[in-house]
Amino acid sequence: MSRWTDTVFILVVVIDFFALASSRLGAAIRAVAAQGALLSLLPVLLATGEHQTAHVVALALGALLVKGIAIPLMMGWAIREAAVRREVEPIVGFVPSMVLGAVGVALAFAFSGGLPLPTPEKHPLLVPTSLATVWTGLLLVVSRRKAVAQVLGFLVLENGVFVFGVLLSDFMPVMVEAGVLLDLFAAVFVMGIVMFHINREFASLDTAKLSALKD
Amino acid sequence: MSLALAIAAVLLTASSGALSVAFRRQPDRAQRLAAGALVLGALLGMAGAGMALASPVPPSLDVGWQAPFARFAVRLDALSALFLFPVLGVPAAGAVYGLGYFPQARHGARAVRLQIWFGLVTGSMALVCMAANAILFLLAWEVMALAAFLLVLTDHEEPEAQRAAFVYLASAHVGNLALFALFVLLAREAGSWDFARMAGLAATTPAAPWLFGLALGGFGLKAGLMPLHFWLPGAHAAAPSHVSALMSGVLLKTGVYGLLRVTGFFEAPPASWGMALFTVGAVSGVLGVAFALAQHDLKRLLAYHSVENVGIIAMGAGLALLGRARGDGALVLLGLSGAVLHTVNHATFKALLFLGAGAVVHATQTRDLDHLGGLARAMPRTAALFLVGAAAISGLPPLNGFVSEWLVALASVRTAFDLGALPHPHAAALGVPVLALIGGLAAACFAKVVGAVFLGNGRSPHAALGHEPPPSMLAPMAALAAVCFAIGLLPALVIPSLTRAAAQWARLPEAALAAPAAEAARSAARLSAVAAVLLLLVAVLVLWRRRSLGARQPAAETWGCGFTAPTPRMQYTGSSLAEALVIRFGWVFFPRARVIPPAGLFPRRAAFSSSVPDTVLDVGILPALGSLARLAGFSRAALVGGRVQFQALLLLCGLIGLLAWLYASG
Amino acid sequence: MLLSAIQLLLFLSLPPFLLGVINRVKARVAGRTGQPLLQPYFDLWRLLHKGAVYSTTTTWVFRAGPVVGLAAVATAGLLLSFGGAPAMLSFSGDFVLFAYLLGLARFFTALAALDTGSAFEGMGAAREVSFASLAEPALFLCLVVLARATGALSLSQMLGEGLGSAWSTSGPALLLTALALFVVALAENARIPVDDPNTHLELTMIHEVMVLDHSGPDFAFILYGAALKLFLFGALVVRLALGFHFDSPWAALLAFLGGMLVFAVVVGTVESVMARLRLSRVPQMLVGASVLSVFALVLLLR
Repeated sequence: MSRWTDTVFILVVVIDFFALASSRLGAAIRAVAAQGALLSLLPVLLATGEHQTAHVVALALGALLVKGIAIPLMMGWAIREAAVRREVEPIVGFVPSMVLGAVGVALAFAFSGGLPLPTPEKHPLLVPTSLATVWTGLLLVVSRRKAVAQVLGFLVLENGVFVFGVLLSDFMPVMVEAGVLLDLFAAVFVMGIVMFHINREFASLDTAKLSALKD
Repeated sequence: MSLALAIAAVLLTASSGALSVAFRRQPDRAQRLAAGALVLGALLGMAGAGMALASPVPPSLDVGWQAPFARFAVRLDALSALFLFPVLGVPAAGAVYGLGYFPQARHGARAVRLQIWFGLVTGSMALVCMAANAILFLLAWEVMALAAFLLVLTDHEEPEAQRAAFVYLASAHVGNLALFALFVLLAREAGSWDFARMAGLAATTPAAPWLFGLALGGFGLKAGLMPLHFWLPGAHAAAPSHVSALMSGVLLKTGVYGLLRVTGFFEAPPASWGMALFTVGAVSGVLGVAFALAQHDLKRLLAYHSVENVGIIAMGAGLALLGRARGDGALVLLGLSGAVLHTVNHATFKALLFLGAGAVVHATQTRDLDHLGGLARAMPRTAALFLVGAAAISGLPPLNGFVSEWLVALASVRTAFDLGALPHPHAAALGVPVLALIGGLAAACFAKVVGAVFLGNGRSPHAALGHEPPPSMLAPMAALAAVCFAIGLLPALVIPSLTRAAAQWARLPEAALAAPAAEAARSAARLSAVAAVLLLLVAVLVLWRRRSLGARQPAAETWGCGFTAPTPRMQYTGSSLAEALVIRFGWVFFPRARVIPPAGLFPRRAAFSSSVPDTVLDVGILPALGSLARLAGFSRAALVGGRVQFQALLLLCGLIGLLAWLYASG
Repeated sequence: MLLSAIQLLLFLSLPPFLLGVINRVKARVAGRTGQPLLQPYFDLWRLLHKGAVYSTTTTWVFRAGPVVGLAAVATAGLLLSFGGAPAMLSFSGDFVLFAYLLGLARFFTALAALDTGSAFEGMGAAREVSFASLAEPALFLCLVVLARATGALSLSQMLGEGLGSAWSTSGPALLLTALALFVVALAENARIPVDDPNTHLELTMIHEVMVLDHSGPDFAFILYGAALKLFLFGALVVRLALGFHFDSPWAALLAFLGGMLVFAVVVGTVESVMARLRLSRVPQMLVGASVLSVFALVLLLR
């Protein structure tokens, strides 16, 4: 069982790298979808006897539906509808992003052992994976020009938070998790609508052009 | 006996320049005599160093001296002896080279001055490496710095030389200040100015981190570690080539020597020192070679490679310090051997490269890579020797550069294992890919240099001037190339001396390092076997091709891929060759470009030239000092140019302030 | 020792066959019959018996390029074991020598290209040295991961007995390393997606454009050296992937040869289904390989 969990965590980090390196929006969205689907396995894999089965399954299914299917489909739809060009157009180049990502991962793995966490015995890869994924999400949000790519970064960030949430799922009632997911869903939904409208008005989704609107 | 030889070497080399004054009426003879004295001194000194290396107890001498606090104390332990070889050997090669490159018969008084300072610098460097008393050390250090300043100023009417010499002088004095502070503190800690008493200091005292910081700053400035390297490219480029060879090959190494000497004083230095030195070294290594790639002045490029190689040396020294912090004898041995051997190796191949560059500049009158090309046909011997140096500095087997980089890489990969106490310095394992990156970039850079200078077709009328230098210039280069091959082919011969140096530096019994030393020697012997196979295969293939091809092969134009009128100016230049790599380092460069764009339908002329200035000096220090000077000038204008009443008011305010301060403190 | 000698013979004789297999796979995927499997041998034989034409621009460096290139790559073969027996020569730190011998070959090939004075060959040399300086750190990171996973410092031991237990304790890290090593192998051997060995447009080539002016035996040396290099990298990847332990050395040899066949088929398939990357994307791919192996190292050091 532990080997499967290991593999899931490692794949999640590899997908982080892929999201940083990918220059195609479509590929990046598929990668993040795959990450979400992988994460939905986590509650099941990490469940022990004392968890309620219903809780675990609900969490897994909810994550799979929202992260793995609904949001990616919606983003793909948004790209098609808004006819966004399919390149990512980074502000920070792909090579520096990857190097920064690797530095973040290395630091996350080096220092996560020292964090004072309530349940350190959970899984050794859980905390570093979560930190690395949050870092990747932040990098994506900061370093990408397109609004769609930033939403993608936001999703990766949420995936990292989700991993951390699995760590705390003993303390976290199901409603909180559902709330987080709903929050995210709403955020992406609103962003999608906004993106769509902005694009229809201005024929561009470049945030650099949008910030010229402030006056 | 060995000490007597070494002291004779100091005296003979330091005073060798006097011969060129004494016989100045017959300039040829005078210069030959002076060079002969320097070479003789160097040979004596190297013989002494060899004998000192062979003796298990380091020979030392300690006599009283009138100067305050000072004693004439010298000691030749293995570290000093190993440093003496390049410190004496490279100047000897340079002095012989000077016979053809800077003849006294043509340059007159200028050559006489050069020889005086050249000899003085050599003698003082040797004394620095032998001194066992802080005052003696600082004295020799100061003489060395001043004589080197005068050497950079050889062409004193050139603005470039004036600027470079001034920057060097200023930075050397900042470094000296740090060293004064360092040795005063050391003397206070140890209660004596003698190195023998300073040995064995505890690294846990509150002063220890300050001492290490001062040593890193003061000696790092001389060695050219990355943010402190700024004086180096200009000084190396402006000086005559054999002086550049001396400065880049060995003058920098006195900084390395000092750093090793001072860190050797401490008992069990903390791991953070090792990591700090290692990190600084890695940064110097990568950024040094990156800056080198961006240059198109041949000598500036070589100078940046010194920053790179000192970085590799610092990585080795840092790993050795880590080894001492962890009590890992093998790590000490591999790290220090790598650092010391790379010091020797860099001295040989860098001197070889500078002398080769000197031959090119001497013949073609230009240092710009993009104006050269095709010189291998006019100067085949220089080209072959330069190529040996280029392969050696890129760390390619079977030459000496590979051996020392291999030792440092072995030390670095050793930190990947869980050896000794927690916490493990695993981050130092990244030294292996860093070395690989440095090696790859250096190979790219020297493909650029050799390709742009010696291969292809000449790009300007300068390149047509190429001609082979006289034997007096070729012979020292050949000797240095032979050393490159010797160490590269038979590395097992140097392992015992390096082991002795490592043991004395870390104050371990030699027996403690015997097992890893035997292992290293075994591996080094296998290196020789592989090198032999390589050379044998090359010979076989050459013979085979000769047999199958017969005597004459048809010659033709280079295939132009269908284009029928290629010109030499269409060749890939050095700058374009490096461009793909240089843009990767765009974040540290501040390139300056001068563009005259083509205008109109039938543009008459268009031009583009670019250069990459030194980020630390030209973008950091000089503008900062400039604004400081402007600020000072501004306040001076207010003070001096103002009215008398205002100045009197200032005086009054000062007096009242002083009184108030006296009152408050009293 | 006998087994080592047999392996060395296989190393010297099989590489062109590997190229033949790759070509056959590509032809089959494209629906062609393809050239004979032994065509690379015929090519070498023909070239060795031809005369050579030298450009008037060139010097001895141009003639040294192919010779040093082939000699260095062949010497590197002494350090790698190809089956059950250890390598002919093995010592701690031989992996550094292995990589730097390949570096020596590259350095001289690039110099020979620059010696022709042709803009195209200069361009090829520039690309080769630029990409190589990014591929080398990735290769060394993979080797450090292997050293850490097996606790060994020589190639024979890194890829030998200890690897089996390393796969069972740190499988994911080694899998990432194998992936990174495969990418490095494609880049170092100028295969798709980094370089197209079949292209005929000089502006887009890397390795092939460097050797445009070589002919006759020189070109044969270069082609043979390139095949040897591909075999070496293939051997690294295959030995790493075939981590488990064999009781009989002959079984190990057979498994290795089978693995090499699979490697050739995989390379052929990759070449058939992928397009060449834009040149500016190549560094990203190489840095990506480095990042993967850094992650593998982090997993092992944790």
